[in-house]
Amino acid sequence: MEGSLYTAIGIAMFGIGLFGVVALAQAMKKILAVNICGVGIFMIFIANSTAVNGSVDYVPHAIVLTGIVVAVAGTALALSLVCRIYDKTKQQVGK
Amino acid sequence: MHSTAELIIPALILIPLVASILSMLFTTRSVQLVISFLAALGLCVVVQQLYLGLNVDSSTLKYEVGGWAAPLGIGFLIDGLSMLMIILSTFLISVLSFYAAFYFNNKPVAQRFWPLWWLLVTGLNALFISSDIFNIYVTLEIIGLASVALVALNDSKEGLIAALRYLLVGLLGSLLYLAGVALLYHSYGTLSLLSLAEQVEVNLLNLMVLILISLGLALKTAIVPLHFWLPYAHGSAPAPVSAILSALVVKASFYLLVRFWMEILSPVVSNSALMLMGGLGAGAVLWGCVKALRAERLKIMIAYSTVAQIGYLFLLFPLLTSADPEIDSSELRQHTLTAISYFIVAHACAKAAMFIAAGNIIKTLGHDNIAQLQGMAKYMPVSLFTFAIAGASLIGLPPSAGFIAKWLLLNAAVDTAQWWWVIVVITGGLLAALAIFRVLDLAFIKPESSTLAFDKNKSIYKLSPFMPYAGLFLALCTVALGFNAEVIINLVSLGGRE
Repeated sequence: MEGSLYTAIGIAMFGIGLFGVVALAQAMKKILAVNICGVGIFMIFIANSTAVNGSVDYVPHAIVLTGIVVAVAGTALALSLVCRIYDKTKQQVGK
Repeated sequence: MHSTAELIIPALILIPLVASILSMLFTTRSVQLVISFLAALGLCVVVQQLYLGLNVDSSTLKYEVGGWAAPLGIGFLIDGLSMLMIILSTFLISVLSFYAAFYFNNKPVAQRFWPLWWLLVTGLNALFISSDIFNIYVTLEIIGLASVALVALNDSKEGLIAALRYLLVGLLGSLLYLAGVALLYHSYGTLSLLSLAEQVEVNLLNLMVLILISLGLALKTAIVPLHFWLPYAHGSAPAPVSAILSALVVKASFYLLVRFWMEILSPVVSNSALMLMGGLGAGAVLWGCVKALRAERLKIMIAYSTVAQIGYLFLLFPLLTSADPEIDSSELRQHTLTAISYFIVAHACAKAAMFIAAGNIIKTLGHDNIAQLQGMAKYMPVSLFTFAIAGASLIGLPPSAGFIAKWLLLNAAVDTAQWWWVIVVITGGLLAALAIFRVLDLAFIKPESSTLAFDKNKSIYKLSPFMPYAGLFLALCTVALGFNAEVIINLVSLGGRE
């Protein structure tokens, strides 16, 4: 029961993030939206991590941990690009 | 348990990874070049051994990391298609590394280039041999991050904005793919390609998986109308980077599309879905060619030509089905796979050659405005000759690899009674010819007007004599492949997965 609630929230966050990346103009907001989208998918993984016999399946945990590392790397690169562009133009990207 | 050839599979990933780390630690130019030379040499030896192993065993090569079996561990698997991609990537990486060594010369950019370059190779090789859908997500991200950082080596406002857009598109694409992976894991409790391919059945959830994964990978492959990021990213990167992005990086996500559509999710794929892919492909061929024809800058033109060439790859999907029930579907599958491989290889070599030629022109002139290339053939004969041969392969003129690729495509279209694709292919070929000849006409035929005359002394940078020949070598390879059609056909049929 609880699992399906978290799955629903995960799907909702995925949708909100997806909408944000496509619809928002500002680069910073897009980066945030990508992160929300990612967290939504991680939640879907975690919410479904109970194996059939009731024990915990550890594979999704490993997946989410790896996913978080990847997301941090991507966000860091995106933020450094935004800073670099700001340094060059003194303007925010996507205005 | 593993055969000798299987034991060296991890070297495909370890060699470029170690090269990446070492060239980050030791940033002296000579040291970086030695590291890169050794890494390229090592990869060539490993690939040759794997190729021999695949020929001897005539089945797939497998490796389990750390000895952990499929459900828990990460598996590597090499069949004919992966072998083709690995050979192609190793070959191009070697040639382009040689070119890049001269291209970046003594600039500080080179220090940042080599670690990222080898990181990209790590990701590409890992993607081609992974048989675990989550591991593939990680490799997609490695490729994405490394490519973005390489695009950002062009430290201008346009280059950085192109890199940022590329990054956001790439992240979104991988997340859509990851969502598909989450659903697949939820349904089947496994991440292994092989066991998924056996289990997947037709249901609504798997249709959702197909849509999510295809959308994510299509975004990364830049099929029209999701191509908006490609011309800027590929057009603003340094030449060796543009070459690898167009030749291999878009093909990596396309390779995954092929894997998912033809192997893992093939029961879910309906005929109308295949037609939709073909329709997108047709749109991409026409739109890419029209935009290439209207481009003002040479590199943007070449990048739009990539958009069109990706269209041809998608055009091959509908040829997996036939209205005629007498035609064997596994035979169709093999024919389609061969044609896809031909397009991938032909385009990769021709496009890398073209970007090298464009890179030489930019190095010499300081710009790549097509209108100002008047009479340049006189000063840069080898580079423009390279451009012409590569262009002939992209148009599909015999005896190039591009001709064989298109011939296979037309054959399949006629065999499966889908004549309408023939019109698209011919129109695309004509439009591509117009775009290429527009440049060649200016460079070879138009007399120099006095205002545009090229002053040799003003040349921004004197080219090393090796640089034009690296491109020419790749362009001649497309011709050689046109004469030796069987090489690729035999390779793809090696070690079938069934």
